[in-house]
Amino acid sequence: MSDPNNKNEWPIFEIFIRSKNGLEHRHVGSLHAADATMAIENARDVYTRRQEGVSIWVVPSKEITASNPEDAGELFEPAEDKVYRHPTFYELPIELKHI
Amino acid sequence: MDQNLYNYLLMLGDNSMILGHRLSELCGHGPSLETDIALTNISLDLFGQVRNIFQYAAKLNDQESSEDSIAFLRNERQHYNCILVEQPNTDFAHVILRQYLFDQFQLLQLNFLLQSKDEQLKAIAAKSIKETKYHIRFSSEWCKRLGQGTEISHNKITTALELLYPFCNEFFETTEVEKEMMERGIGPNLEELRVQYFDNVTTLLNEAGLSIPQTPFRVSGGKHGRHSEHLGYILAEFQYMQKTYPNMQW
Amino acid sequence: MSPEINLEEQFQARIDAGQKIEPKDWMPEKYRKTHIRQISQHAHSEVVGMLPEGNWITRAPSLRRKVGLLAKVQDEAGHGLYLYSAAETLGISRDEMYEQLHTGKAKYSSIFNYPTLSWADIGAIGWLVDGAAIINQVMLTRTSFGPYARAMVRICKEESFHQRQGYEIMLGLAKGTPEQKEMAQDALNRFWWPSLMMFGPRDEDSPNTAQSVKWKIKRKTNDELRQQFVDITVPQAEFLGLSIPDPTLQWNEERGHYDFGEIDWNEFWQVVKGNGPCNKERLAARVDAWEEGAWVRDAAMAYAEWKEKEKIKKAV
Repeated sequence: MSDPNNKNEWPIFEIFIRSKNGLEHRHVGSLHAADATMAIENARDVYTRRQEGVSIWVVPSKEITASNPEDAGELFEPAEDKVYRHPTFYELPIELKHI
Repeated sequence: MDQNLYNYLLMLGDNSMILGHRLSELCGHGPSLETDIALTNISLDLFGQVRNIFQYAAKLNDQESSEDSIAFLRNERQHYNCILVEQPNTDFAHVILRQYLFDQFQLLQLNFLLQSKDEQLKAIAAKSIKETKYHIRFSSEWCKRLGQGTEISHNKITTALELLYPFCNEFFETTEVEKEMMERGIGPNLEELRVQYFDNVTTLLNEAGLSIPQTPFRVSGGKHGRHSEHLGYILAEFQYMQKTYPNMQW
Repeated sequence: MSPEINLEEQFQARIDAGQKIEPKDWMPEKYRKTHIRQISQHAHSEVVGMLPEGNWITRAPSLRRKVGLLAKVQDEAGHGLYLYSAAETLGISRDEMYEQLHTGKAKYSSIFNYPTLSWADIGAIGWLVDGAAIINQVMLTRTSFGPYARAMVRICKEESFHQRQGYEIMLGLAKGTPEQKEMAQDALNRFWWPSLMMFGPRDEDSPNTAQSVKWKIKRKTNDELRQQFVDITVPQAEFLGLSIPDPTLQWNEERGHYDFGEIDWNEFWQVVKGNGPCNKERLAARVDAWEEGAWVRDAAMAYAEWKEKEKIKKAV
């Protein structure tokens, strides 16, 4: 029987797929692979069986640094009242065109 | 009917069909989920090729055959695949090596068929070659992983190589049918492919840290319908429904 | 009020407001554990579920049926993979989940402990088993845990062809020869009750339902879902000209639902406990694949490490 703390488990890779040229790569999920070459092959078979993609990025999960959800307040809420970053903040006469 | 072309198509289709069958036996039993999915993909590609080829063959034989009657209703002696592809899934090393040895041949063959004088075959090759290029990428990467991985994996793929390599010469033993296909510009000159094949195989095996076995090539006969004992069992299973319930639609 | 309780209340308020919970968010330990258990069981069901259908891949009656079935069983491997990935975000490894499956600690859907005895069983499984699964899965696309919900969206999208494939197989048999029709009826007879069992024990025997509803893992109770399945499926059987193996089955005008007979709960619990017709074989097949694959997985890791070292050596 396998050892549950098996260090030999294939590492996890996060998979990003570009569904067609002109669009950005989007995170679609993860999978296991021994190395990046295999991760690309596995991603092709796991995540593009139905023509979902034209390009694949694979990133070892352990290389991803994520923001802490507890910091969400200080990180993201200060943007809430910065209405001047949005075009509707600026009042122009409605008869004006193309601006 | 163009009997020689028809038989040639059977030869092409049977290789893909029997190998596709062997891979389909593994669905649900792979060494990891990812690998399971990959092997099934290859099986699906091969069955897709079989369908294209047998649909074309059925059209040539405008009597009453269909892709399914061609696929399911011939006996052992009427199958023309090479003996390599019917070898069992002894372990993952056998599966990978069998795949690689076939892929390498198939790639060279399809490469020629891209310029076949037969338009239909040319179109089938154009579609199939993209799949085969991926298969060989998969199988050759895995040959390297097993060859250079651990002592166990190295030993297992070495054993597989001893068994399977001697079947490879059969690809290039030109039958009367293949000779005619070559003369008509429909099929390749197998002698020309042979050199390229063994060059490529040697290079890959070296990269995988494996050496070419010194065992002599086996006496073959698959392309003449003389198979190993494995094929009978494959067909018993493969044809079970059609044989047990003749003339029914599914 | 302790800060822990406060956190739990805030957590529940987020779920009540329809917000998704993501892996790194704070969550009650029970929420984490329940999700690990449920998602991994769901993953195991997909993977073990490959076996009964896989049993007919090599004997599929036509090339068209063969590629359809292969693609379907392959999808199940994919779905198992998506679900294992979702569970892994909660801090358990896939290897640990396999370990739980292989030692019998983790459960999977009991339906896969029934044998597939004829080609018609492949039709019946697609129609009934996938039909029952879809009812559950559509509900789960809106569950509170983000990775689980996203996996379910992807799975539901891909699975839409599975049930159609099953029903098409049944349709072909029902329109076929008497022999084929008999085969179809026999499959329905054997798979009807186990399909109803898929929705789990009766509500009064299902103590976790309330908690699951709170966390939106469930939106309806077992009995409600079972009723929904019966109401949908009976007319489909009629369309096939097949009869449901339940003499008490009857439309109840007043309730606006079908009344149906009692499930054999003794059989249900026996199969759950591991005494079904194929429990041992299913588990053995998974353990075999895993153990025989060990040297392959090790080889790939060893090769990856060797390549990495070579790369560093070259760089130096």
